[in-house]
Amino acid sequence: MNPKVTRRRFIKGVVASGAAATTTGMWYAANGQDRPGGAVERLIRINVNGQMRSVDVAPQETLASTLRYKLGLTGTKLGCNRGECGACTVVVDDVATYACSVLTHSMKNARIETVEGLESPNGDLHPVQQAFVEELSPQCGYCTPGQVMAAVALLRENPNPTREEARHAMSGNICRCGSYDSYLDGVMRAVQLG
Amino acid sequence: MAYMHIGKDFVPPDVPGKVTGRIKYAEDYTREGMVYSRLLTSPIPHARVLDIDASEALAMDGVFGILTADDVYPDGEPQSTGLKILTNEPTLVGEPILALAAIDEKTAETAISRINVTFERLPFVLDPLDSLAEGGANAYPGDQNTFVFRQGFATEKWTEDQVASFRAGNEPTAEAQQTWSLGDLEAGFAASEFVYETTFTTAGYPHHSMEPRSAMAYWEDGKLYLHGTSQSLTALADGMAPIIGVPKEDIVFINAATGGGFGQRARANSIPSMAIPAKLSQKINRPVMMRITREEEFTIGGARQGFQGWIKAGFKPDGVMSACDLYIISDNGGKGGGGDASSAADCIDVLYQPDALRFRGTSIGSNTAHRGAQRGPGQNQIAPIIAPILDKAADALGISRLEIRKINAPRNGDVAGPRQTPFTSAYVPESLDMATRQFDWEGRQARRRQRNGSKVIGLGLGQGYHNAGRSGMDGIVTMGTDGRLKIHNGVGNLGTYSYASTSRAAAEVLKMPWENCDILNVRTDNHLPITSPQDGSNSIFTNTRTMFGAATDMLNKMKEIAATDLGGDPADYDVSNERVHQIADESIGYTYAEVAQRATELGGKFTGEADLPEELAEWTQISVSRLAGSAFMGVYHDPRHEGNPPGFTVTCCEIELDLETGKYEILDMVTIAESGTIVHPQGMENQLVGGAVWGIGLSGYERHLYDPQNGLPASTGYWQSKVPTYLDTPVKIGTGWVDLPDPENPVGARGIGEPSMGAVSAALTAAITDALDGHHFATAPITADMIINHLAGTEENAAPLAQNNFRG
Ligand code: FES
Ligand code: FES
Repeated sequence: MNPKVTRRRFIKGVVASGAAATTTGMWYAANGQDRPGGAVERLIRINVNGQMRSVDVAPQETLASTLRYKLGLTGTKLGCNRGECGACTVVVDDVATYACSVLTHSMKNARIETVEGLESPNGDLHPVQQAFVEELSPQCGYCTPGQVMAAVALLRENPNPTREEARHAMSGNICRCGSYDSYLDGVMRAVQLG
Repeated sequence: MAYMHIGKDFVPPDVPGKVTGRIKYAEDYTREGMVYSRLLTSPIPHARVLDIDASEALAMDGVFGILTADDVYPDGEPQSTGLKILTNEPTLVGEPILALAAIDEKTAETAISRINVTFERLPFVLDPLDSLAEGGANAYPGDQNTFVFRQGFATEKWTEDQVASFRAGNEPTAEAQQTWSLGDLEAGFAASEFVYETTFTTAGYPHHSMEPRSAMAYWEDGKLYLHGTSQSLTALADGMAPIIGVPKEDIVFINAATGGGFGQRARANSIPSMAIPAKLSQKINRPVMMRITREEEFTIGGARQGFQGWIKAGFKPDGVMSACDLYIISDNGGKGGGGDASSAADCIDVLYQPDALRFRGTSIGSNTAHRGAQRGPGQNQIAPIIAPILDKAADALGISRLEIRKINAPRNGDVAGPRQTPFTSAYVPESLDMATRQFDWEGRQARRRQRNGSKVIGLGLGQGYHNAGRSGMDGIVTMGTDGRLKIHNGVGNLGTYSYASTSRAAAEVLKMPWENCDILNVRTDNHLPITSPQDGSNSIFTNTRTMFGAATDMLNKMKEIAATDLGGDPADYDVSNERVHQIADESIGYTYAEVAQRATELGGKFTGEADLPEELAEWTQISVSRLAGSAFMGVYHDPRHEGNPPGFTVTCCEIELDLETGKYEILDMVTIAESGTIVHPQGMENQLVGGAVWGIGLSGYERHLYDPQNGLPASTGYWQSKVPTYLDTPVKIGTGWVDLPDPENPVGARGIGEPSMGAVSAALTAAITDALDGHHFATAPITADMIINHLAGTEENAAPLAQNNFRG
C-alpha cells in the first residue's frame, strides 16, 4: 500500500464510495421478481426441512427470498439483506449460513434447515428452542430464528462448547436488543438439555 | 409482601412463537391481491421539488398509481419540524418524495427509475456549529436552522468568533434558546475546592432496530387494516388515525410483534411512513405491502441527537457537587429533534444533587438523519461525559470514587429537576453498595492501572437514571361465563414483555392462576384501552396501575354481586381459588364462572353499559362501547400520581486496554437496578443486559458519518455503523436489583429500560479514562483510533467538536 495512504484515509475512501453506490433500493434484485436480460425463472427442487420442494427460482434469487416469498417460510428474517446481521441464518449441510447471501440455484444438492423444521413431529421444541424459552433469551425476537439456527449449527459441531466458544460461534449474529447474555445462557442450557 | 405472580418468572405467551418463527412481524403477512410499493427518496441533502413527471411510469403495465406529498397534504405540508409522510421539501438524503405501487417490486423500481423529478438544490449543512456561524448554510425550509415552539421555524446565528471560541474549548458566550437554573451558581463555584471545565461531544447514531419498518395496509368495508410496528398498539393507532385521516373507530392496527423500538416507534409521528401503504391502498383500492430496506430504515428510522457542549462542575472539599453549569448545542438533524439536552441537565441534578445548576441549550438543524427519542434521550448522552469528571474530583479531593457518588447520591425525600419534583422513592446509596459489593469494587482497587505487557487495567463506576413512570391511562378486563380472565392490554410487544408482566398485576388482584388468564393484545379490535407509548421506561409503572385498577373494579363488582345475591356486605367477601366467597364461611359464594354469568344477566355497570369512569380516553370509550353488554367487565381510569418515579442503575466494570491497538476487553461487569419491586426477574435481567450492550455501543462504537462533500450518509447499515456484537460485550454480565417497593405504584414497581444503558456507558468510559491515566476525551464514542492517536500524541483529524463526521 502507498505509505502515504493512512489507514484512516483508506477507510474514509471506501466508506464514501460505498455510500454513493448504495443509495438506491434495489430490493427486487434479490427477491426473485427480476428477470434481467430475458432470464427466466427455472423450476428446481431443493431439500428444505427434509422435504423436496419444487420452486420457480430466478437466476439471482437468494435463498432467503425463496424461503420467505416462495415457500412461505417467514421464520427466516431479513434484517439487512446484505450479510451484515445474521437474522436470516439457516443451516445448510450442518453449517450456519446467511440465507440472504447465497443463491438458491446453488442449493440444489444441499440440505437446508430453517427454524420451522426444528420441532419434532409430536410438536416438542428442539433443545435449543426449549432452552431459549426457559432462559427468556429473545427480546424483540426478530434476530431469534437466526440465533436459534446459529446455536443449532454450533451444537452439532461442538456439543459441549464453553461459553467463550459459544460466544465466538454466535458472533455472526447481531442482536440490536443486546440479548447476547441471555442467548448465551440459552446455548449453555441447551447443552444440558441435550 | 408475598405475591402470587409479581416477582416470579413465567413464560410470556409470545416466546414460543419467537423461537419457532411462528410469530408474525408486519412483513410476514400477505393479503390476496396485494401489490408492492417502493419509494422514491431524495438523492440530495437539501432541495425543493419543482416538478414530478410520472407519466411514463404510470403508463407501464403493472403500475397501479403513485402517491405524492400533494396527495397526502392537499392543504400544504405542515410547516413544523418532524417527519413527514412524503415531502416536496427534503432536508436529508433518503427522505421519501413519492411512493409507487406495482404488481411487484421490480416493476415498481423500474417505474420509479422512469419518473423525472426536478429538484432545486439548496445549500446543506452537516454540523450544527457550521450552521450557527454567520453565513453558514441552514438545514430547514425557508433558509432557517431552528424551530421555536409556538413560533415556528427561525434562524439562530452566532458570530464566527463565538463559534471559533467554542470550538477552541471555551464557554459559549451567545445567548441560549432555553435556560433554567437552580440555586446560586456563583456561590456554588465560590465554595468549590475543585472546579473542572471542558467542552465535549456525543455522536448521533441510528436506532437500527433489527426489523425495518415495513408495513402493509388494506381497506375493507370502510375500515383500514394496518399491519405495522409500534411500541404500544393503542398509543400508536390513536395517533396514526388522524395522520392518515381515518376516524379512530375505523382503524384496526395489527402488530403481534415489533422487532425493536428503542424510542423511535413509540408515537405515530415517529413512524408516519406507515401512512404510505394506508393511503396508497385507499387510492388504488388494493392491499399494499411496503417493504423497507436496511438503507431506507436508516433514513425513515431515526437517530440520537448529538451534543456539542460545555460543562463546568465544582466540588466542595467534602466532595459535594456545589455547582454545575451546562451549555449544549443539540443536533436536531434534518427533521427536528427532542429535549435531550435539558434532560441531560435534569439527569445531573437527579444523580448528583448539586447545590446549584444552570442549563443553557440551543437546538440547531443539520441535513442529517431525523433525530428522535432514543433509549434515554439526554440522560444517557451525558452519562459517559460526567462519570470521569466525578472521578477527577474524587482523585483531586482525596475521596474514593465510590464515596463521592454516595455523598452526592439522591435519597428518599430528595427533589430534582427544573420543578424540583420529589422522588416517589429513591435508594441510590443502597444500589451503590450492592453493586460495589457484588463486584468487589474495593478488593479490585489494587489492580487499578496495573500493566501487563502492552495491556493495562481500568476500573469504572457509573450511574444511570431516567424518569420511569406515568399515569392517566385506562384499563379494561373482562370475564366470560367460562370464568377465564381476559386482560385487554394495548402495551406493545417489542421485547420487554411488559405487555405480559403488567397483565400479571390484574391476575394478582383476582388471585387468578396464570393459565386461566388470556391477554388480548396483537390487534386493536381486541378492544384495547389507551396506553401510554412504551417509551420513557414507563410501562411497568404506568400499566401495572391501570391493570391493577381494572381488576380491582372487577373485584369490587364481584363482591357487590355476591353480597346482593347471597347476603351480607361486599366487605364481608374475598376471593380465592377462582371464587368470590364470604370470609367467614367460604362455602357461601360464587365461582368466577358463576359470578361472570350473574354479571352478564345483570348488565348495566357490570358489563360496561353504565357508570363508566368519566375521564376514559376516546379510544377506550370506543373499545368499551364495543364490548358493552357482552361480558363481565372491569374498567378503570388511572388518576395522576404524585412525584417523579425514578429508575436508577449502578454499574461497575473492569477492562483491559491494549495500548498498542487501542482496543479493550471488558473483563467483568456488574449492573444493578433500583426500580422498585421487580415484577418479572427474567425480563428485568434482559433489560439490564440489553441496556448494557447499548451502553457499550454509546461509549465505544456507535456513530453515523456523512460524506462532507455531498451530504450522503456513509453508515446506513450494521457494517459501517457498528453496533456491539457478542465479541464486544462481556462473556457474562452480572446483574441484580435492590427490590424495594415504590409507594406510588400498587405493586411497588418502576421502570428500568433506559437507565440500564446510562450506568454502563458511564462505567465503561470511566474505566477507559482510568486505564489512560485519567485522560478525559470528553466524547462519546471513544474509538480505538482516538485512543491510538492520543497515545501517539497525534492531533485529531477533524474540526474540534465535529458532528456527523470522522473523529479519531
Ligand atoms: S439479513 Fe442476511 S445477514 Fe442480515
Ligand atoms: S431480540 Fe431484538 S434484535 Fe435480538
